[in-house]
Amino acid sequence: MNVLGLFYYWVFAVLLMVGFYAVIAKPNYVKKLIGLSIFQAAVFLLYITMGKIEDGTAPIFQAAENVYSNPLPQVLILTAIVVGISTTALGLGIVVRIREEYGSIEETDIKERDRK
Amino acid sequence: MIVLFGIFLLTLLVITALAIVRNDSLYAAVILNGIFSLLMAASFFLLDAADVALTEAAIGAGISTVLFLGALALTGELEKSPTKHRLLGTAVVAIPTLLIIFAFFDIPQFGASDAPVHQHVGPWYIEKTPEFIDIPNAVTAVLGSFRGYDTLGEVFVVFTAGIGVLFLLSARPLARRNEPFVARDPHKGLRHYLVPRVVGRFLIPFIFLFGLYVQFHGEYGPGGGFQAGAIVAASLILYSLLEGERRCLVVIPSGALRWLVAGGALLYGGVGVVGMLLGGNFLDYNVLASDPVKGQQMGIILIELGVGLTVTGVLLSVYHAFAGRGKL
Repeated sequence: MNVLGLFYYWVFAVLLMVGFYAVIAKPNYVKKLIGLSIFQAAVFLLYITMGKIEDGTAPIFQAAENVYSNPLPQVLILTAIVVGISTTALGLGIVVRIREEYGSIEETDIKERDRK
Repeated sequence: MIVLFGIFLLTLLVITALAIVRNDSLYAAVILNGIFSLLMAASFFLLDAADVALTEAAIGAGISTVLFLGALALTGELEKSPTKHRLLGTAVVAIPTLLIIFAFFDIPQFGASDAPVHQHVGPWYIEKTPEFIDIPNAVTAVLGSFRGYDTLGEVFVVFTAGIGVLFLLSARPLARRNEPFVARDPHKGLRHYLVPRVVGRFLIPFIFLFGLYVQFHGEYGPGGGFQAGAIVAASLILYSLLEGERRCLVVIPSGALRWLVAGGALLYGGVGVVGMLLGGNFLDYNVLASDPVKGQQMGIILIELGVGLTVTGVLLSVYHAFAGRGKL
């Protein structure tokens, strides 16, 4: 169990940084946004992993006495997912406007055009 | 067995994420992102987060894929310029990864019930939900009542983001400000493809019904306004893809969508104000009915309805904003 637990956290670290790599190294704006959403998903995974209790079940009460996992991280992440898609949509809206005004969504092209 | 499945899912997640970043085709990256979300939803479910899994599956794998594809249709599908400073980027990313992995050796054991996370308010919520609110789903109780302020804030963030997209995309592009506006192929949809049409027509009512079930059954099982809003929006987006945008706008006109967006947030805030008028605090549902427990249940149903309306409205308006914009 311990190894699996650490594995969850390691995967969090790797996903976080894979997303971050796309944000800093990829010149394409849509790719940057996809990287940002991977970054976000990694944080969600961290929260949900911390809320888990061994041998627990989802915090929905049943007749039998059970161990329930912590509902609080779940509530925070549930709303964060919906907020995440709204902000991603806003980002995509800005990208579409950039494409219309600059004719490109590559960072290199846009910097070049701004320099002129 | 569950341990093995967990490791399997996590490994697939990492592979998918790497494939997304390495891929040159944005189209492939978006589809892989949908798969990534579905795997993430399965992992959430293994970690006892049924509500979160439902949200991630509906939003990450469903709506976000459609929105990204809508944006790609307007911007182009290929990444043109190569990655800059590949080595530097890898180094910048690799060092924090190793540091975080190193730091996690000190974290409390996975699933330990005496971890600091479980010593704070979490157990109190589980203990008091049956007494104060008396609904089976503790997640809905915390979302709607115990932390109602947070949720109100999140609803307003969703509302603001939706308004922002409408502002950005309802402006006409500079380059063709003088041309008459022509919407992109508004009549057609996928009606001339037999298989999507037949399967879609069969599925749409059931998806819609499932959305309503998730909305009104959120107190008893996994579900609630956020998930239901996403599912209902997904069914209407599917209708719009199949039958064309114009026919979807006949079903729910964009004016009505704006009322949904604002009305849901208003309903949520209104429930809080009514509580104040009846002598309680803002978002205190105890005073809504003569019995405090009944009042709590009533309040939760009302604010979940507000959340559902706003989320449906925002997601649909955002979809229409992308779909209705002609390519330059």
